[in-house]
Amino acid sequence: MRASAWLLLFSLLLLSARARAQSRYLTREGVVTFFSSSPVEDIEARSQQTAAVLDLQTQQLAFSIPVKSFQFKRTLMQEHFNENYLESDRYPKATFTGKLTAVDAAALRNGGPQKVTAEGDLTIHGVTRHVQVPGTLELQNSRLLVHATFPVAPADYKIEIPALVRDHIAKVVSVRVAMSCEAAGLPAATRP
Amino acid sequence: MLHFYSYRFRVAVMSIMGLLCAATAAAQDVPPPAAPDLLNDLERQTTDTLRRETVQATFKGTRIINGHSVETPGAGTLIFLISHRFGTLNSGAYNFFGLDQATIRLGLEYGLNDRLTVGVGRSSLEKTYDGFLKYRALRQTSGARPMPVSVTLFASSAINTLRYIDGVDYTLPRRLTYTYQAMIARKFSPNLSVQLSPTVVHRNLVDTRQMHNDVVALGVAGRQKLSKRTALMLEYYYRLPTSEDPGTRNAIAAGFDIETGGHVFQLHVTNSQGMIEKHFMTQTYGNFFDGDIYFGFNVARNFTLKPRL
Repeated sequence: MRASAWLLLFSLLLLSARARAQSRYLTREGVVTFFSSSPVEDIEARSQQTAAVLDLQTQQLAFSIPVKSFQFKRTLMQEHFNENYLESDRYPKATFTGKLTAVDAAALRNGGPQKVTAEGDLTIHGVTRHVQVPGTLELQNSRLLVHATFPVAPADYKIEIPALVRDHIAKVVSVRVAMSCEAAGLPAATRP
Repeated sequence: MLHFYSYRFRVAVMSIMGLLCAATAAAQDVPPPAAPDLLNDLERQTTDTLRRETVQATFKGTRIINGHSVETPGAGTLIFLISHRFGTLNSGAYNFFGLDQATIRLGLEYGLNDRLTVGVGRSSLEKTYDGFLKYRALRQTSGARPMPVSVTLFASSAINTLRYIDGVDYTLPRRLTYTYQAMIARKFSPNLSVQLSPTVVHRNLVDTRQMHNDVVALGVAGRQKLSKRTALMLEYYYRLPTSEDPGTRNAIAAGFDIETGGHVFQLHVTNSQGMIEKHFMTQTYGNFFDGDIYFGFNVARNFTLKPRL
């Protein structure tokens, strides 16, 4: 009896430790794709090196994408994207940092995708704008699946498009985020 | 004397406050991080200064002006290259300052993979066909233990298909010329790239005893970007004095690159009429500073035969 009480207490402690550790989810291999659709041509690029961290306890999240990691179908397009449009030597990363609104933790634990909204600062090409992004979260075997699709207008981020190719590039580009984040322990472990 | 509004007073108050804040922050337990901290954490974890990254776009095209650059089309990309030179500027109004005449080279080059390229071309000068292999041996990288330069190796052969009536038996070997080149380039900044290209041209047959079968040269070239889509190009092939043929000169060229969507336009002036190594290294007769200037252009159109995604 006494032993089982101890065991119960111990397992409870373990559980709580686990729960605390699991509030943070991390990935470095998030997939971000964007599509530009115009009457002349469709352009698509994909990065599989998005780093992201989501904290369900504080409901905060941050993404960081190395701009050079975007792969295009055409080599020349990729070169132009880096050299002329996103200027990735000057602005090597695109980032998002913000807060989740309306996360129902209990519903999330029950399984199934939950609709959420992230609100915060999106920085592309050195320009920061406050945005609201709708998406879904889903807990699956200790992994957190994150999906979102949102529009980005290149003009909003001071990305100049020369007149000659204006018809080739959409005014609003659709960005799709798909990632599977692992539970990460020790929120303060990264601090020096 | 410390006045309330004096600069020193404010500095003193602010530094005391700063110290107090720092002390309280240190005394507190680690506070729940605000979102920017979360991003900082993320950056600290993912910013890997040791990661090697390949330096892209040392030059905009596979040619600098007359000669090749270290760049290759990349896997699955076909480039259709039209190179064109008008006549010399000093040929007078009768020839419309050279625009009446033209020499042209049409070329195709295809990236078998990101390193190896095959190409073919046909020049109107001496009705020459050429074929080449180009291999990116090293790529400049940044990060840990960076590779300081890009190196591309190049080998080509060219065949002159002119019909001669001078009685000499121009057999196939006598019509052939070979070029071997090592291109060493460095992109010093996003705006400045420099290339050195030691080159050997071997001609199986030359016209006279005074001429050399092997011509050795060092190509020096550079690109300075002027704006996002334009760049100034310079190129000079210095031949070793021991391999200069009588009456020939070193090829010199200056140009201007303009990029548009799928094209690269290169406009330039040069003292050589030909657009392959054999022609511009061994058969350049023009004196650039005496007005023997050929105006010309290269236009490259890229076709993606195998999409990368």
